[in-house]
Amino acid sequence: MNLGNLDSLTFFYPELILLGGILLVVISDISLKGLRDRVNPLLTLAALLLALFYTLQTDHGSAMTLFEGMLALDNFALFFKAFMLVAGVLVLLGSLHSEELAAVHQGEFHALLLAVTLGMLLMANSAHLVMLYLSLELVSLTSYIMVGYLRSDRLSNEASMKYILFGAVSTGAMLYGFSLLYGMTGSLDLFAIRDALLAQEVVGFNQVTLMLVVVLTTAGFGFKTAAVPFHFWCPDVYTGAPTPVTAFLSVAPKAAGFAILVRFFLGGLSQPAGEQWGFISGIDWPLVLIVVSVLTMSLGNIAALTQNNLKRMLAYSSIAHAGYILMGAVLLTGTGLKAMLVYLFVYLFMNLGAFFVVTVIFNSEKTFELQDYNGMFRRSPFLAVAMSIFLLSLIGIPPFAGFLGKLYIFGAVIDQGLYWFAVVGALNAAVAAFYYMRIMKHMILENDDRPPTPLQISPLNRALLVLLLVPNILLIVFWSPIDRWTANSITLFGGL
Amino acid sequence: MIELKYYLLISAFLFSLGVFGVLTRRNAVNVLMGVELILNSANLNLVAFSRYSSSGIDGQMFAVFVIVVAAAEVAVALAIILTLYRVLSTVNLDRADVLKR
Repeated sequence: MNLGNLDSLTFFYPELILLGGILLVVISDISLKGLRDRVNPLLTLAALLLALFYTLQTDHGSAMTLFEGMLALDNFALFFKAFMLVAGVLVLLGSLHSEELAAVHQGEFHALLLAVTLGMLLMANSAHLVMLYLSLELVSLTSYIMVGYLRSDRLSNEASMKYILFGAVSTGAMLYGFSLLYGMTGSLDLFAIRDALLAQEVVGFNQVTLMLVVVLTTAGFGFKTAAVPFHFWCPDVYTGAPTPVTAFLSVAPKAAGFAILVRFFLGGLSQPAGEQWGFISGIDWPLVLIVVSVLTMSLGNIAALTQNNLKRMLAYSSIAHAGYILMGAVLLTGTGLKAMLVYLFVYLFMNLGAFFVVTVIFNSEKTFELQDYNGMFRRSPFLAVAMSIFLLSLIGIPPFAGFLGKLYIFGAVIDQGLYWFAVVGALNAAVAAFYYMRIMKHMILENDDRPPTPLQISPLNRALLVLLLVPNILLIVFWSPIDRWTANSITLFGGL
Repeated sequence: MIELKYYLLISAFLFSLGVFGVLTRRNAVNVLMGVELILNSANLNLVAFSRYSSSGIDGQMFAVFVIVVAAAEVAVALAIILTLYRVLSTVNLDRADVLKR
């Protein structure tokens, strides 16, 4: 079903609410001089929660497109919209008591956070190359500014500069790929592109061109998801950006990148056949992405081994996790897609948790270096235990949420008979365990000679830590609702 | 009428020139110029394809959007380059190396 412009508005409430929220925050920032520091976070939180409420309320019946085929509304998009909004809420709460951001005026920060969330919601449902490009740029441009938010800080500026130059080049390459695809198919609509590709024989010169399109567009999506070989910006940007922004970047735009990648490759370049998809004959793009996935997780994990800066180590770890998540996307099966969604869902809580502990420790210690974490257990047992749980979850140790993600991903890979792929993943998980354990060793076992002074944690931060710990510990109990929810969320418009 | 292939050749040339500029220039503003060449090569492709096919003006519409976004991107990039210049007193990318270990 395709809805026209006016009919679509009924299903567009979350985006409209965020748009209203941006305007309100900007207005209150310039008009309420005395109250704005209190009003702005509340307005932002209200907008995000209201948008989340409407997203969860959306009952669209079957999958359909909005605004004359610009956006696709399906369960897949709804999953990602809910995901982005939850990430937005958690990052907003995490940024409130951050010493790094406290040094500068935060009015624009809240407006930018809403704008980037709006961009990600649009990214999750775009079904048209123009929409794909515009939403990707909306997310990119706002995140460049968020990375460089600490204007007088050299690291933050440098990170932002690297980010924008890398980003501009890779989205430019993606755009060139889009233009070639438009030339081949005469259409910008993803589903029309698929039909046009199915109608013509992709052989000879067309095959080469389509392969070029795949490589060029992978540059754009790979940049967003920080997949090798488009990851060079990632460690520098994650180290230089304010920690709450780093936490946000490592989760939300990454997930949006995966949403858009699945939308483009499964929606545009493959055809649904029974229980799974088949790629359009002539271009073996899954093979390209399998290679990218293997390289991404191996390089991320190996590079993380030698890092002594916590933010940099977690940056490499998030590159490695992108590799695992990509494993689910390239299988072209419903179970693979479901595994990817489960992994993203648990990754949200464990990664945000780990970064949040880093934020809290920086608040009082002003350091990201691993050796300064020595003796943290004696100074704040709560913080050390919380960090250990997030790290164990990132490794994938059973009682914690991360285990669910690894289980589903490796299960889906083995299901397809790709045993070597599963073995590579498992070996990588073992390598990863080493550096995560190293952080725990520093926090719990190593002590320095100084007498332990208790670490100050604000009540809000303490509450947020508990809020992030709960899903990490309890998700395993709610296994079957998650299973049902994600199984329900893999319906793509024009897909299975 | 000029054939389509000449437009495509020029756009491919522009794209290569842009990538070359991005890879070889050390001045941040020059790198941005390379990026502009890449974006405009895509624009040229889109407009040419749209002109020579029967698919309406989709491609030209896309090109207009790209021009607008490119302007916004340059505005943000120049602002970032300016703030970096205030801190570093240079826009040479080789000098922006604190983050490398």
